Amino acid sequence: MFRFIVRRLLQMVVTFFGATFVVYALMFAYVDDPYQALVGDRPITDAQRAALDARFHLDDGFFQQYWHYIRGLLTGDLGETITGRSIGDLLAQAWPVTIRLALLSIVIAAVVAVGAGVLSGIRRGGAFDTVTLVLTLIVLAMPIVVLAPLAQLVLGIQLGWFPPTAGRDAGLYELLLPALVLGSLVIATELRVTRTSVAENLRADYVRTARAKGLAPKRVIGVHVLRNSLIPVITLIGVDIGVLMSGAIVTEGVFNIPGVGFNLFRGIRAEDGPLVVGFVSVLIIVFLVINLIVDLVYAALDPRIRYE
Amino acid sequence: MPGKSPWKVAAATAVIALLAAGCSGSSSEDTEVLPNSISIGIAEPSSLIPSNSIESSGSQVLASLFYPLVRFDPTNKPYLVAAQSITHDKANKVWTVRLKPGFTFSNGEPVVADNYLDAWNYGAYGPNGQLASYFFSRIDGFADLQGKDPDGDGPEKAGEPQAKKLRGLKKVNNLTFTVTLTEAFAGWQSVMGYDAFYPLPKAAFSGDGVLNKDFENAPIGNGPFKMKGTWQHDEKIAVEKVADFKGTIPKVNGITWKIYQELGAQYADLVAGNLDIQTKIPIENLASASGDLGARLGRTDSSAFSFVGFPMYLDKYKNPNVRRALSMAINRDEMTDQVFLGSEKPATSFVSPAIEGARSNSCGQWCEYNPTKAKQLYTAANGPKDIKIAYNVDGGHKAWIDAMCNQIKVSLAINCTGSGLPKLGDVVTKARAGEDIGLIRLGWTMDYPLMESYLGPLYTSDGSSNYYGYKNSTFDSLVRQGSAATSTKQAEQLWNEAENQLVRDMPVLPLRFGQNVFGWSEKVTDVTMDLFQKVDIYSVDIAS
Repeated sequence: MFRFIVRRLLQMVVTFFGATFVVYALMFAYVDDPYQALVGDRPITDAQRAALDARFHLDDGFFQQYWHYIRGLLTGDLGETITGRSIGDLLAQAWPVTIRLALLSIVIAAVVAVGAGVLSGIRRGGAFDTVTLVLTLIVLAMPIVVLAPLAQLVLGIQLGWFPPTAGRDAGLYELLLPALVLGSLVIATELRVTRTSVAENLRADYVRTARAKGLAPKRVIGVHVLRNSLIPVITLIGVDIGVLMSGAIVTEGVFNIPGVGFNLFRGIRAEDGPLVVGFVSVLIIVFLVINLIVDLVYAALDPRIRYE
Repeated sequence: MPGKSPWKVAAATAVIALLAAGCSGSSSEDTEVLPNSISIGIAEPSSLIPSNSIESSGSQVLASLFYPLVRFDPTNKPYLVAAQSITHDKANKVWTVRLKPGFTFSNGEPVVADNYLDAWNYGAYGPNGQLASYFFSRIDGFADLQGKDPDGDGPEKAGEPQAKKLRGLKKVNNLTFTVTLTEAFAGWQSVMGYDAFYPLPKAAFSGDGVLNKDFENAPIGNGPFKMKGTWQHDEKIAVEKVADFKGTIPKVNGITWKIYQELGAQYADLVAGNLDIQTKIPIENLASASGDLGARLGRTDSSAFSFVGFPMYLDKYKNPNVRRALSMAINRDEMTDQVFLGSEKPATSFVSPAIEGARSNSCGQWCEYNPTKAKQLYTAANGPKDIKIAYNVDGGHKAWIDAMCNQIKVSLAINCTGSGLPKLGDVVTKARAGEDIGLIRLGWTMDYPLMESYLGPLYTSDGSSNYYGYKNSTFDSLVRQGSAATSTKQAEQLWNEAENQLVRDMPVLPLRFGQNVFGWSEKVTDVTMDLFQKVDIYSVDIAS
């Protein structure tokens, strides 16, 4: 187990630098003239350009710039945005609210998906199963750019059940609506996977044995079936956490939550290379760590899995 | 296996996650709101240093923190505010500014002439890279503060500037200073109304000409409001009334500038009553806005001007009749009504008619929709059979460019396509290089409410935004004469003559003048906006 973790951590270091390099190169190719974006419809003067170049080194070659960036990164300095804000500070301000939002939506999504998935798995073909099938299809078909403003309009403004926007210090109640919208991104797939997995395991030999032993149906489903059915679902949830954090671009914009997605969107729009690379780097770390945790959870769920 | 039920594990994880999500949220610092304070929606300002502020969000916040030398009345004439008097010599070259005594910054420092000189020198010094530095370019010695490019133009590193202070700025006594301009300019008083000309306190500087790094997060101004706490990036900027302010006293006790990334979110908050003023109603919501807001929806003129430039450097557009025909082929009213839902006005002149002295229909018949005559002219002039309109795709211009192309197609029976380029920079670079990119989509907002703020940069031969290569020496000299005129009236007359020359030459195709379309909540009243796209913070009041 220990060796497995160490090996994975070492792989993570390589993956991290590789991914950062790719993102940096992509941004370098994409960024054309961020200074002009700063001043809008007016041409930027040569003196201003020179002053900005002295600060951001955008007149250097690719490898020189990348070297600057990595050197800063290793000393804990993530650089500055084009408007002069420290990216380290931006990260520190943006991550808490995004983590809260992502956790909340993953909890909502997982609870609903596993609960409903188990029920429809047990009663396959029943009324409940058919209704969830239709509902998940609708949710799957509705893109978040439609769903988010619609939920805001109906639930936030017209019915007034939730505040229409959240903000950085948003509490549980304010985050509930964005979390529901965000959770709907992943809820449908999680539900379908749970349902199939439960349905499959119900026919397994060990379930028949458990029933034959005379165990209560509750225990058969709740412990024996569920534990085995959760393995694919856990994998999915693990990946989804990453998806939710980066996928919050639309949701965070609509509900005015200054988190990670919000900053990524701003960075891309303003051609702000260091800003995008900084946020994506942290996203990469989050992805890697979550995947490691997911792998470790497998072992807890399934005694047959051992990491040696 | 006791205690290993997946249900229990899941429940525990969920509870921990929910606690984490819920608890950490309630730690906001001071949410208590002053009585009689209001909230106004903005975007995240790019800077709160006056000489670095070139967009309306930062400009609005600064207007609450600082008190300008002059402000503008409803007809956009300047009147004195922080200045006791502003006088000039006969030639309009040396301007003397005398400050009103007794004013202080919000940290208690008295406002003296040095505060202005320090701020302006900082703003003009090239290596500081201040985005509004071009406002100082009329002051004598500005060129010496800019690093010279070794090869004249291009990407070479600029050298160290020759001087650190503007030669044209001189302190006379504690409350008086003079400004010497490189060239005579009658409208200088109006120019000094812009943000870049606010004073900065001694506390802003950590050394001679070096700004404190933290200053921007809590600017100290000489205005009616002061910062309450610091700039909460991406969230809000709260300001409260200065206790014994000597100037015009606003009616509200505080303003919270709430920061939004998207106008849609802002509009949702406005309708739900969580926001008091939105300065720009998004076009998607315009259709429902009158139903949502009723009488709480306002429209005033803004200085924005949308136009399409003709590439005068290409032979096929050399014939003025080709340009006139294209202008007459366009139905401006249809475009503003259907694409912009009335949020912009059709333009039939080259200078926004909201500016004093400017006419609303100087373009005359050439800007009237007349497809029959347009086609006659176009065929007679043998205009190009295939037209492109270049625009930047990141600005949301596609819809109206397509509409405009359709009108041209129908009116002139020629082919017209919109050609999207990624960024404005790409459009401009290609136009400057003389490439055939077709007609060029451009926009402009004024720097100061004078006709010259349109005529100079957009149409003179060396104008900073004249990308379409319009050159006419008669026009240039008329604009210059107007700038040097001794009276405003004479200046306006000369500038109008200059505009007449534009009508004859049609270097651009005027399309639309912008409007501020804004809304407010039931809590506030007397909301107005000016040409600079700013809310008048002095007139806005709490509804009784």
